[in-house]
Order: sequence, then structure tokens, then C-alpha cells
Amino acid sequence: MSFVPGQPVTAVVQRIEIQKLRQGNNLILGFSIGGGIDQDPGQNPFSEDKTDKGIYVTRITPGGPADVAGLMMGDKIMQVNGWDMTMVTHDKARKRLTKKNEDVVRLLVTRKSLEEAVKQSMGGFPRP
Amino acid sequence: MDTESTHSGYSYHSSRSGRSNRHGDRNRERHKASSSKDSSRSERSVVINPPDTPSQDSPVHNGEPLPGEPTPALDHGDEAQDDNWGETTTAVTGTSELSISQEEVVGLGKEIQDRTQGFRRYLPLAVGSCVGLLVLATPLVFLLLPAVMWPDRLQTCGAACEGLFLSISFKLLILLVAVWALFLRPGRACLPRVCVYRAFLTTLTLLLTMSYWLFYGVRILDAEDEDYHGIVQFAVSLVDSQLFVHYLAVVLLELRHLQPCYSVCVIRSTDGETRHYNIGQLSIQKAALSILEYYYRDFPLHNPSLLSASKHRAAKHLAGLKVYNVDAPGNTAGAQPSNGNQSRAMVTAAAKRKDSAHNELYYEEADYERRVRKRRARLVVAVEEAFTHVRRMKKEDERATPSDIMDVREAALAIFPSMARALQKYLRTTRRQHCHSMESIQKHLAFCLVNNMSPKAFLEAYLAPGPTLQYGPERWMADQWTLVSEASVTSGIKEGTEFLLRCLDFNLAVTIKGIPYIRLTEEYIDPKSHKFLLLLQSETSV
Repeated sequence: MSFVPGQPVTAVVQRIEIQKLRQGNNLILGFSIGGGIDQDPGQNPFSEDKTDKGIYVTRITPGGPADVAGLMMGDKIMQVNGWDMTMVTHDKARKRLTKKNEDVVRLLVTRKSLEEAVKQSMGGFPRP
Repeated sequence: MDTESTHSGYSYHSSRSGRSNRHGDRNRERHKASSSKDSSRSERSVVINPPDTPSQDSPVHNGEPLPGEPTPALDHGDEAQDDNWGETTTAVTGTSELSISQEEVVGLGKEIQDRTQGFRRYLPLAVGSCVGLLVLATPLVFLLLPAVMWPDRLQTCGAACEGLFLSISFKLLILLVAVWALFLRPGRACLPRVCVYRAFLTTLTLLLTMSYWLFYGVRILDAEDEDYHGIVQFAVSLVDSQLFVHYLAVVLLELRHLQPCYSVCVIRSTDGETRHYNIGQLSIQKAALSILEYYYRDFPLHNPSLLSASKHRAAKHLAGLKVYNVDAPGNTAGAQPSNGNQSRAMVTAAAKRKDSAHNELYYEEADYERRVRKRRARLVVAVEEAFTHVRRMKKEDERATPSDIMDVREAALAIFPSMARALQKYLRTTRRQHCHSMESIQKHLAFCLVNNMSPKAFLEAYLAPGPTLQYGPERWMADQWTLVSEASVTSGIKEGTEFLLRCLDFNLAVTIKGIPYIRLTEEYIDPKSHKFLLLLQSETSV
């Protein structure tokens, strides 16, 4: 999922809607993120391209809202509620996900298996 | 005999030959007659002699008889009275016998030799003071002679001359102090040859003075010059030249030594102790002198009793090999091959025996290490316990009974017996018991008590061998050094110079290498160029 500067980024994404869970005074989503444009992309274990500075899901609490909604570890988050997450700092990403006045976050995530699935499904049919 | 000896063959023999060393050592040191040995041997009592101060003329020689030589049975008596001070009762007897033994006669001969050395010692001082007097007196004579010989025709000169008189007097004072500082100090060593630079400087000074006298005699005395101002300036110029010669002397004699140019490697021949030093440009004899001064500071005391084990091994190895002389007259050519076969068989048999020698060495060394550590542990515990018995008196103790209050010497004597046995056994195991006498240990203990030292601080002096100067003057052997060199000893040291400093039973092999020419380049870093990025990989849970 590397990008060429100046060209639009295309990816196969899955839409995931997570309901925030209220725990005491906090609304939690049940997963952890890593990455960002101010972070070191070489240490990201989930990215294929080690220069990719996007936001990745690094951990999912089993049984939490994200797990229930179908989010998987290693997913790259492309949008949150319409806001772009491919070129944000780590702190900005955190803030976009943890807005107190939102109960629901709608994520667009991409993963390698999605690309594979689309390729397989497209390659299996002869093109008209 | 100690209960600790495990009677492996080596340790028994080495400790025996070590004891014979001390026999020779003690005999020479104390000038005792044999009668005192016999009387005390039967009672196993200790004779404490007042520590005599052996001078340079009776040095102690830890001469080493070859192992395997029969040592006299008198050894046992001698060692009993010298080393069992921790185990037996003490009895003070007088030493009044004045019989002269063989060693004393040798010592007398050395004494005579030293007196002639004393003459050589003061020769440079005498020469220096003569030249110095000449140098100092000459300008004064230059000034005084015209005033004495033709005072009426002399032109008086005013303030300029007085200024010159002042400058002459101060310069002469400085020259006096400087000459004393550089040339008239007592020498710290007696070198085999005359220092070349000193001779050169003396000659130069004398030449200078003589040429000035020549000019003075011809131009001033013969011509009876009336210009006193000119004469005074002449004298001032002489003093200036002498000061410059002295400056040259400072550079040649003192400053050249200070800039390090050569790296010196000094190896002791008996146990391989190696040290490296940096010295400047010196002649070989001066370099040897400064190396010896470093030796006395840095090298641990030479202990011949530690080397007897390896010599014994070597002797055993040689005993296994018998060398036959196949070229002896009467041997025919036909007998040669059989002799060759015989010696080859000997060599293979010796080689087979050598296979077990390393095994023996390994186990012997492991055993020795274990014994030393065990002794050391007992010693440390004994000393710590002894130190707890004595405490510095505080204010509130002034009410204690006077019999309890002791000065430091009595306190040391009081706690000494509780640690004496452990200390003596440890020193015997590490074969250093001849370096420390009972008086020296008590003195050191008193010193540690006065300075509030911990037991560990007291023990450090005995756990490791210190530099040679730490022990008594009988171990220094400062007059026994010989410089063995292929190059002339007054030539300067160069890269690759090697020489040998021989003492009585060991040598110091010295090799000299130059310090490499160092090329240092610079690199400028702009302080504003230190910029950093923070590379994190933080994980936030949302």
C-alpha cells in the first residue's frame, strides 16, 4: 500500500462501524493504534512497505467493541468518520477516534487479504 | 612442619629450598654465631634480636641452591627460631657473640669497596664547586684589578657604572643560586661513566672564562686601559655569557629528559614482570638510572622462593634425559647408531613423562590456590576479630581504670597475638614470611591503629607484594646493579637499543622503541548542526 507522491491512493477498503462502549467516564473502542507521520515507520510490524506512515491497528481487546465489529489486527485505517487518516500525526489520529460527543465511529480499513480477495474474484471471471 | 602441607612432592621440596634461602639470609643479616642456634633448637624458643640496621655493605642475597642439593640439617633449628613467633613462647636473650663467620669477611671486602666509591661520589661535586668559584670570582677580579693596580689614572664613571654594578651583583647572585641548583646538588646515583653533557658544559665554561681572561690580560692589563666604564661593560658581558651557558646547561641537562620520545619495555628475567614507561632523550646510563628508579617504585618485590617450583620441574625434566657423548674417543662408527637409538629412546621416554607433568602442574596449582584462599579467609576473620577488641578512647572513657588505658604501642602488642598465628601461616603459604619481621608487623599495626584504619587496610600490606622500597633496606640491593650494554653507555638511546640491568639473582631486560609520530587532523563541527529527530513507535489504545 505504498503511495506515489502526487498520485491518488487507491485501496480496497472495508467499512467497519464500531459502537463505543461506555466504561465509567470514558468511551472506549477496544483497540490500539500505532503509526503516524511523526513516528518511525520502520518499526511497524504490520506494514508491508516500511515507509508507510499510516495508522495501523496494533492490538484488539478480545470481546471489545472493535472485535465485535470485525476489526482485525494489522488493519490500516484509511478514514474515520470521513476524516482522512493516511497523513496524520499519531496524536491527531487518537483525537479523531476518541471524540467525546460521538458514539459511533465509522472506519474505512484496508488489509492485504482484501486485495487478495478482490484479485481472486476478479481474476476468476473472464473479463467481458 | 605445618599441618597444611599436603606432601605432594613439589611443595615439599620447594618449601625446603625456600627455607634454605632464609637460612642464608638470616645468617648474614644477624651475624649470629652457631652456638645460639644449637641452644635454642632444643628448647624451640624464639630469640628476638633487636632489629639491626644492616648497611649497604652487607646486602642480603637470596641465593638459591639448586634443588636436589643436600641442604644442611641445621636449617630446622634456624627456621624454628625465626619463623615460629606466632606459635611459641618468646624469650629475650642477649646477642653478645662476636665471632666472625665467612659471610662477614665478604662483607668487609664490600665495605672497603664502598669507601672508594665514596670518593667517586664526591668528585663531581668538587669539580663543580671549583668551576663555580672560578666563574663567580672572575668578574669581580676583572672589576677590582684596575682599581687596585692603577687607581689614579682610572676615569670615574657616574650613574651608568653604578647601574652596571647593580646589574652585575644581581646577575652574580642569580648565577650563584643557579649553579648551586644545577651542579652542586648531591648526586642521587653513581653512574659508570662521566656524563658527556656535563663534561662538555664544564669545558665550555672554562673555555669561555679563559678566553675572557686572555682578552682581559692583553687588552686591559697590558695596555692599562683607563676607561673604567668599558672595563665594567666587559665584566658585565662575561656574566651575561655565563648566564647563557647556564641556560644551555638547563636545556641540555634537564629539559631534554622531560619530553617523552621513547617507550621503554622492562622485563624482569625471573618472573616476567613487565612494565612500560615513556622517557625522553637520555644517554643509556641515565636511562638505566631512571628505569631503576621506576623499578623501585613499580615492580613488586622479587621473591626467589616463588620460583623454586618451576626450577624443580625443569630439573626433573632434565634428569629424565641423559645425554650421551657419541663422539667420545674409542667409540667406533658401528657403535654410533646404537647410541643414537638409545638417546632417541630416552627422548621418547622423557616425552611420555612430560605428558603427565602438565597434569601434575594443573592439580598442584589448583591445590595451592585453594590453600591460599582458605588461609586468607581465616586470616581476614582473625584480623577483623582482633580489631574489634580495641577501640579509640572517647571522652566518657576517661573514668575507666588506668590499667585499661593503653598507648598505641601497647594496644598493638595486645591484639597482635590473636592474629599472629593466622598471619604467619598465610605468609608461609604465599612464601613471603621472610619479608616481614615481627617488629615490622607490630609497627604497621600501631600505624593503622593511630590512623583509624580498617582491618582490610591493615591487611593489604600483607596480601600482595608491594614495591621493593616498602621493605627494609636489606632488600634494596641498590649498590648491586650492573649495566650490561653493547653500545657505549654514554651514547644516547635510540630506537631498538637493548641493554640489561643485572642484579644479583635477576636481570632486567630493557628494550627501547620510539613513540610514533602522531599526525592529528582537525574537523570542525558547527554547533548548529546537531539536530535530532524523535523516532518513536508509540501505541495508543482508544
